[in-house]
Amino acid sequence: MNATTSPYPSASRWLWFAPAVAIAFFFGFPLVTIVLRGANLDGLIDTYTNGSILRMLWFTAWQAAASTALCLALSLPATYALSRFHFRGERLFLALLTTPFLLPTVVVGAAFTAVLPSQLHYTAVAIVAAHAFFNIAVVVRVVGAQWEQLSLQLSEAARTLGVSPLRAFATITLPLLRGSITAASVVVGLFSFTSYGVVRVLGGPARSTIETEIYTRAVLIGDLPGALALSIGQMLVLSAAVAWWMRSNRRTNQMVLSAPHRTIAQRGRQRFVLSAIVLCTAFAVSAPMVALAWRSLRAGSQFSLAGWNAVFSSTTTAALKTSASFAIVTAIIATAFGLLISFAVAYGSRRYAVLELVSALPLTVSAVTIGLGMLITFDVSPIEFRSAWLITPIAHSLIALPLVVRTTLPVIRAVPNGLREVAATMGANRWHRFRSVDWPLTQRAAATAAALSFAVSLGEFGATSFLTRRTSETLPVLISRLLSRTGDTVQAHAYALSTIFVISSIVGIYIADAMRKQQVSR
Amino acid sequence: MLELRNIAVDYADQPIISNLSLAVATKEIVSLVGPSGSGKTTLLRVIAGLEKPRTGSILIAGSDVSAVPTHQRGIGLVFQDNQLFPHLTVEQNIAYPLRMRGLSKDAYLPQVEAMLQLIGLQQFGSRHVQHLSGGEAKRVAVARSLIAQPSVLLLDEPLTGLDTELHDRLLHDIAALLRARGTTVVHVTHDLREATTLSNRVVDIREIGATCK
Repeated sequence: MNATTSPYPSASRWLWFAPAVAIAFFFGFPLVTIVLRGANLDGLIDTYTNGSILRMLWFTAWQAAASTALCLALSLPATYALSRFHFRGERLFLALLTTPFLLPTVVVGAAFTAVLPSQLHYTAVAIVAAHAFFNIAVVVRVVGAQWEQLSLQLSEAARTLGVSPLRAFATITLPLLRGSITAASVVVGLFSFTSYGVVRVLGGPARSTIETEIYTRAVLIGDLPGALALSIGQMLVLSAAVAWWMRSNRRTNQMVLSAPHRTIAQRGRQRFVLSAIVLCTAFAVSAPMVALAWRSLRAGSQFSLAGWNAVFSSTTTAALKTSASFAIVTAIIATAFGLLISFAVAYGSRRYAVLELVSALPLTVSAVTIGLGMLITFDVSPIEFRSAWLITPIAHSLIALPLVVRTTLPVIRAVPNGLREVAATMGANRWHRFRSVDWPLTQRAAATAAALSFAVSLGEFGATSFLTRRTSETLPVLISRLLSRTGDTVQAHAYALSTIFVISSIVGIYIADAMRKQQVSR
Repeated sequence: MLELRNIAVDYADQPIISNLSLAVATKEIVSLVGPSGSGKTTLLRVIAGLEKPRTGSILIAGSDVSAVPTHQRGIGLVFQDNQLFPHLTVEQNIAYPLRMRGLSKDAYLPQVEAMLQLIGLQQFGSRHVQHLSGGEAKRVAVARSLIAQPSVLLLDEPLTGLDTELHDRLLHDIAALLRARGTTVVHVTHDLREATTLSNRVVDIREIGATCK
């Protein structure tokens, strides 16, 4: 939509201002502070030549690569099943695979503490397995979207040319899926590289990644220059990876080949393979979540409800209240500012497209760096409000903002101009046209964006662990603190809280799915 | 060469082909005609091994291939919408079956070049298949199947969707190509004129086993 066809040509001139100022102040300013205070050549050299830092960086890189490989190995068979076949329980299977991604990373860490034997706690195996589990939904959604549009007849054509099904997969299907597999791998690799909550819970004192090292140096041992140097390195790596991902994503989007084509498994062998894939994947994904519920009901080797009784303690209710109020405020701020950006981009001339890019910038910085930036920027006069209650939901809003814009902008862009023109011929002025056409067609996307922002805030742990105080502990912070303590009841309490997150996620997915079905049937 | 004995196929528990028998001699081109939905494409997929019949057997050169997987049947199938591999060039598409048999580039390239010349696309080898016109794509699809030297070539409404002029030109070109190579062909179409031009024998599928009226 360019300036000449914009339905509200003057709107963008004022819509962009408030979000741009907020992003500059709460995101740009802390980032500049990190760079100015951390870009000290001697400090950078000291940090990046330190043997323990180099070992930590190597561990961060290889565990991310191993997590990506394991995640692909676990997810691709399930993606094949969901993209190629209709089968009983497919919706439930997809919901099950989606659940881990909606869980707070601390809860994922707790789930693997619950399911793995104690010999594997605080090992690279535990971290890699948890990352693979957390990211299954990324591969299933990204690769599956392309796979189900890949004509089934292409591999049939290869078979009529004398090629076995396995060879047809390797020479036809796999090369055609390469774009989406690469894109999914970059996202999984990125999430594993910047993982914080999982490593805090499963890494223990011996295993740290760049994110947990930033926290340790900034908060626990007071080495701020070291933490800042690591943050700068982290930002550079992330920016390069996000830029590369956006490019490969564009290439993937160009490869739509046919309408979704799924069949019912007919032959005995095909049915056996499909059942084996679904059952094995479902077992692997549900086992950590079931283990959480099981461990929440144990005190040592005995059955006990002590963990669940503790859920009603004042500490938990206070954390619940804090998490809920942060999430509500985040949903309001992120949705409002995200909508302003989306409207400005959709209604404005081409130069306003830069706002879309600006809104995506928080993706290039980890949550830990956002938290650290705010911590060191807003604790000096006259902007000394790092202990203000609002600072945490503002950090959460920055993290949720790219999601809000990506959810609402395509919907606003898709509103047919003809509807506004019809309204105009019936005497509606610009405001009435917006009220009667644009807003009713956008409000469902706005509600989805608000729900996503709410969920992001509820599970956020990276930035929160820098900004929260003991008096304003959120549920993920509380779970992490409980897991780091000894005692059967304390551990059961953490597992009970984690179980509540799992149940909430499953209910959330079910409601979203029901709403989507209702929308389709309309 | 090809013999179908008492083939029966159901779709969603409804019989669409019942007790169908057909024999095709070596180098014979047989056209099966019938209206849309009469099971023509399904029959080709059954012959290729892409679908299983409820009953019946398929014999090629006297051997029962009913239990033989598609890739070992020695059958070529030209799909209605070509199904050219979109990530490969024209040359790579045509060379695909030869490469999969392990032939070196030196061994397969002369064959591919000869085939390109035969279909009149010698200048198109390095072109991406998405940049081909409908007629060019169809020629490449036929060439890709022919280069594999199938014992039987199946053509599934190969000229559907082309304009009249191109349809007629391509029909004559394909007929000449198939006759010159002595390929055994089963061709399905709903166009009687196309069937009589291309084939030695025209069979109405409703008269040999299709259940539709």
